[in-house]
Order: sequence, then C-alpha cells, then structure tokens
Amino acid sequence: MACNMRTDLLISQICPTSGHVSVKRRIGNASVVRAVVVDHNSLVKNIIGSTSSLIMKRPTLPNPQLVEETDNERKGCKGKFGRFGGKFVPETLISCLSNLEAEFNLVLHDAQFQAELATALRDYVGRETPLYFAERLTNHYKKNNNGEGPEIYLKREDLNHGGAHKINNAIAQAMIAKRLGRKSIVAATGAGQHGVATAAACAKLSLQCTIFMGTKDMEKQSSNLVLMKLLGAEVKSVDGNFKEATSEAFREWVGNLESSYYLTGTVVGPHPCPSMVREFQSVIGKETRRQAMDKWGGKPDVLVACVGSGSNALGLFHEFIKEKDVRLIGVEAGGFGLESDKHSATLAKGDVGVYHGTMSYLLQDEEGQIIRPHSVGVGLEYPAVGPELSFLKDTGRAEYYSVTDKEALNACQMLCRLEGIIPSLEASHALAFLNKLCPTLPTGTKVVVNCSGRGDKDAEMILNHKYYPMEKQFPASQNS
Amino acid sequence: MAIAFKSPTTSFFQLKKNNPETHSFLRFSTQRFATPARRFTPMSAISTVPTVGLSETFTRLKKQGKVAFIPYITAGDPDLSTTAEALKVLDSCGSDIIELGVPYSDPLADGPVIQAAATRSLARGTNYNAIISMLKEVIPQLSSPIALFSYYNPILKRGVEQFMSAIKDVGVHGLVVPDVPLEETEILRREASKHGIELVLLTTPTTPTERMKAIVEAAEGFVYLVSSIGVTGARASVSDRVPTLLQDIKAATTKPVAVGFGISKPEHVKQVVGWGADGVIVGSAMVKLLNEAKSPEEGLKELEVFTKSLKAALE
Repeated sequence: MACNMRTDLLISQICPTSGHVSVKRRIGNASVVRAVVVDHNSLVKNIIGSTSSLIMKRPTLPNPQLVEETDNERKGCKGKFGRFGGKFVPETLISCLSNLEAEFNLVLHDAQFQAELATALRDYVGRETPLYFAERLTNHYKKNNNGEGPEIYLKREDLNHGGAHKINNAIAQAMIAKRLGRKSIVAATGAGQHGVATAAACAKLSLQCTIFMGTKDMEKQSSNLVLMKLLGAEVKSVDGNFKEATSEAFREWVGNLESSYYLTGTVVGPHPCPSMVREFQSVIGKETRRQAMDKWGGKPDVLVACVGSGSNALGLFHEFIKEKDVRLIGVEAGGFGLESDKHSATLAKGDVGVYHGTMSYLLQDEEGQIIRPHSVGVGLEYPAVGPELSFLKDTGRAEYYSVTDKEALNACQMLCRLEGIIPSLEASHALAFLNKLCPTLPTGTKVVVNCSGRGDKDAEMILNHKYYPMEKQFPASQNS
Repeated sequence: MAIAFKSPTTSFFQLKKNNPETHSFLRFSTQRFATPARRFTPMSAISTVPTVGLSETFTRLKKQGKVAFIPYITAGDPDLSTTAEALKVLDSCGSDIIELGVPYSDPLADGPVIQAAATRSLARGTNYNAIISMLKEVIPQLSSPIALFSYYNPILKRGVEQFMSAIKDVGVHGLVVPDVPLEETEILRREASKHGIELVLLTTPTTPTERMKAIVEAAEGFVYLVSSIGVTGARASVSDRVPTLLQDIKAATTKPVAVGFGISKPEHVKQVVGWGADGVIVGSAMVKLLNEAKSPEEGLKELEVFTKSLKAALE
C-alpha cells in the first residue's frame, strides 16, 4: 500500500520534458474522467441559509465546465498542477530551488533517510496518531436527525509533538537542510504552530532557527511565541500578519542563500515547496487508510479538513485523490461572512494570480494587490492557497465550503463539551461543517475529520472572544 | 533619428537663476511648449513620444563611448505629481533610461527602502490607472525612454495583453518583471514583442552559465545583471563577483549589460564602469533620498544634485 506514493513519484520524475503524457483514465464506460466544477459561491449562500440537500451529493451544473486532468498534471509534474504552481520567484532563487528539488528527489529514494524519518516520526513526533471514534459527537448529530447519521472519526493530529500536524513536515525538512549542509533555518509562522515545530526540530538537529511572525499574530497566539523562544529560536517580528512574515522570511532567505534554508510550513511557494510539504504531510492520509481498514475493513467515505493554505487538508486527502468514491471536503475560513470583506475564503472568493512564488487562487483587489484576510483561526489567515488544492477545485475533485468565525467557535466548544477534546480554532472550522454535512449523509457513512491541532493556544481567546465569548453562550453547567 | 534630446545643463541652470522666486520645476510643468528649445527642436515638439527605445539608446551611447545611467524611482512616493517632476529632473540631469517602479503590496525582491516606498505609495491610493495617466502627460516631455518595473500579479490581473498595450500607448519602451523566471516568461515575451515593448531579463550571481546564456539570448533592451545575492538596497560596496559575471555575460552576448542592486555612490558607479558595464542602475539610494527630504521640493533638488554627482562619475 505504502509503495503507491513512491512509485507514483518515480513515474512523475520520468515525465517528458516537452508536452504531456496524457492519460485517459477509465471509470466504468466513460473514457475520460469528466470533472464537474461546482459553483461554490451559490452553494455557500444556500448553506449559510439552511441545511441544504445540495451537499448530499456533488451537484452537476447545467453546463459543467470541464477541466480534464492528465495524470501528470494531477501529480504536479515539474511543479505544475494544471495551470497552477510553478516557480514565480526572482532569478536569484532559481538555482537554489533546483538544488532543493534534486535533494528532495534523492531523499525520497534514500532508504536511510526514510528510516531515520520513520524513527523520528514514531519516537519524536509521536506517530501514529489515533483515528478516534467520536461517539458522543456522532450521537449528537444522529439525535438531531431522527437517529440517522454518519459515524464521525477524528484523525488526532492534535496529539503530535508540538500540538499540530506541522511537525510532520518540519522534522523532515530540517533533516534535508542538515543533509544540504545548511547551518540555519528561516521560517515564517501564522498561528505559531509551524514556528514551534520548526524550533523543536532545529533544537533536535542542532540548527540555528529564525522565525518570522506578524505582530498581530504574536498578540493573538502569544503562548506559542513563548514556546518558540524556550526552544531556542530567534523570533523576529514583522508588521502585519502571516503574509508579511512570509514575505520577510523570503527576503531573509534570498539574502543568505548559501547558509540558510527556508523551511516552508505549507503547500504554497515555488516548486518544489508545495510538493515537498505535501509529501511529508501525506503520512496523515496513509495512516488513515491503514487505520480505517483495521477499524471497519474499508475506506473512509468522506474526508473533511480545514483549509488555510492547505497543508493538513492535502496531508489527509492526497492518499485518496485517485479514488473518486472518497469525497474530499475542504472548509475555509468565512470570517465575518463571505459577503463581508473580512474572511479568508480564497477558493470561494478569490481568483487566479501569482503570489509568494506560485500561481494559485488568491484574494486580491482589482489592482492585483494582495488583500489581508481575516479569520478567528489565525492559522487560516492566508490570502492564497496551495496550487494543488486550486487544481482540485478546478477539476472538481474536491469540494470547498466555508464557515464563519462564530460557527467555528461554537464547534470548538461543542467538541470540548461532548468529547473532552480541545481542537484548535483552525480545526474547529472543519468540525463546524459537520452541522451541515451530517444531516445529508445516510447511516453507516464513515466521515473522517482532520483534527489538525489542539486548541490550548486559543483557549483564552475562545473564552474571552470579543464578539462571541464562550461562557456567555454556553455556561459551565450546560452539557448536552 | 538624432533629434537633440539631451539638455545642455548650462541653460537649465540659467533658467533657474533667472527666476529665483519661481519654483523652476513648477514653471516647466505649466509651460512645456513655451520653454525655449533647450531640449526639443520644433520637430520633436510635435511628436508625442521619444522614438528611441532601450536597445537603441545603448547603441547610441556605445558609439559615443559612454555608459548608460539608469535611475529607479517608485511611482507615487511621496505622490504622483512629485514622481512626475522627479522623472523630469532625472531626465534633464542626464539619465539615459529611467526605471519606474509600480508599487505592489508584497515586493519580494525589494529591501526595506523600496518596500517602504511601495507601502507609502499604495497608502496614498496610487493605482495603475493613475500611473498611466501621469505617464501619458509626462513621457512626451522626456527624452529618455522609460522602463516600467512591475511584479507579475498586477500585470496578470490586468491581463498581459491589455497591460502591454496600455503601456505602449503612453510611450513606455521597456518592462522589467522581477518575479518571473525564464521558464514562465513565454506569455510576457509574446505580448511584449507584439506590442513593441522590450522585456528586460535578469541574471544573477547564482545563475549557472548555461542558464545565463539562455537568459541573455531571450533578453531585450538590455541584460540586467543583479550584482548581489539578496534584495534591493544600498550596500557598503559592490560585490567583487561582478567583474567575472560581466566577463561571462559579455562572452555570451553582444547585448548591453546594466548592473543594479546595491549601487549608491559615485565610487560604486566608477567601479562598475571600470569593470566594463554598459549601464549602471541606481534605485534604493534615489528612493531613500526622496523620502528623507524635508519636503517634496527639497527632495527634487537633492535628487538633482545626487543624480549629477553619479552622472559625473560616469565621465
């Protein structure tokens, strides 16, 4: 099973330098995979209004826009996923990126590296993370729907060392940096989870660590700031939030190419960054497949994950992309609502452009200037999204929806009270979508939600949220 | 097409002296066709656009044994009318080509000085249409060709074709897009070529020789040699790798090579000329000067002095 990924990547490396190898895949009698593009804007409007039967199955539009995908496009051959991806960076970085790509391809087939990584993931990160059956949560939805409803499982990425899925990628890339002989790491962080993960990995591997973080984020996720410092990282503040921190980290990297390594935390950036991060996060999906087989002798039916830039979503989805009977659902941050200008729903509201080195969907104004997004889930505040996720949107392989700040906060507290698990506000977005999803699914459906991080960093903010403070809405005595 | 473009600096000074009260720059802007023929022959007063592009400018300079002086400023910092005046100052002080930066929210290739300039400009509401309008007014008054410096996303948003067509219409000759590597330049090159815009490409100290050769082959106008590994910004000295890089490029092409990033003093300019560059680009130092001045007018005066000192180092 685990060979699939490796073999696929091997094949993708032999891809021709010119033209595409166009693979027409067969499903049943169809000779071409027909993809359906869902009109997310209208879907979302309906969803916000009421639980809608639109979510029951993927709807077809009267005139579906077909985006035919070739196998190479899907795999991100040469860093392109269809029209998305690429390397839109100053020329100074190109050589470095090519070296990185070469090294990445080497480690994929290096048995010793893979063994070391497996050991680190097991003994240091704490994998495998459990696939947990959320019984009370499941019953909660069934109760509200005449006893009908899916079984909800949580992939407990919150139990990783550091408190989120970020470490899966950080440890692997730190190992690559070491192989390349780099002495220092530079990274940018939003909610701080990638910062903490990187700082931890650097400490373990004896690398100098510099983390850029936006001043606004530092205020909101101050506990992570403390942790980074404790782990020995130098934290540099940048006016603004994650998008500014990323730009500044880039500039720092460009100025120190020979000695430092830019450790990207998510599936954006110039090739090979999106592919690297996806590869290292795909352990989530691989484990889920094994665990699902153990638990119920089958595959998951629906995968749900929050989408900021897309690392945890792709980590869960990637293993199952080729299997069309597994629904992939990404949930974006709707902030104050999609009609406001305070959200981070790139796939719902953005259009295609070039940002931070890659072509993808992004939130921009009519001048092509990048908009600063908003979400209560700081880790979701990014005005773009990974190119591979953009491709999944265009081919209709993944469905994307959004939930508001309020819905996410409610979902967080619901999991706290029903299962005794504190999810991060980012993961709470995925959980919030269950409100709309569950009533549309028949009993017996297996839903896996990626609980991408724990919410300790958010606890104080949740309790004292300016607009939706928890205790006011759900006093301690209330337990459903 | 040897219409007298270059303004003799003496007459410029004379006019200034004759009118100590009046602000000389404002005077020029309101009486452009009434100015004595220090710059324009009657023929060129009728034509709307300087006809000489980037490559031709270099060809002409080479015949004269001269090195091109190429300053850069960010449009809209402190405001577009100052930018308009600054363009004229730079032009009249002997710039051979002028680079004008289009402000962008996330300028990855730029250091703190130009970043801050972009932020200030955007905060003032500078937008693409305003820059185009300003250029429409100002370019006919300039003798040096303009090359725009813009990141890719704003170009994409507009549509590459519309962008090229619009800038050509107002008389822009060249374009530099710092975040598009050679592999991704196909669309840009096609549209630039269709609309007669010269697309300048960049090569850097990290670019391997084979790749450099491909870049210089495709470049138009001139080859932009980035002098150091890093973002824009003045440095204490120009990288000592530049001489070798220049040699390698000149072995690969006869196209003109201009060196940029980090050059801020007359000594730097002299050095780069001595190494064999065909052009010298000065950016952050110009932008910084305009920003640190007490007022836009002061800034323009200082810009003039500074430009002349750099230009003198080219002689």
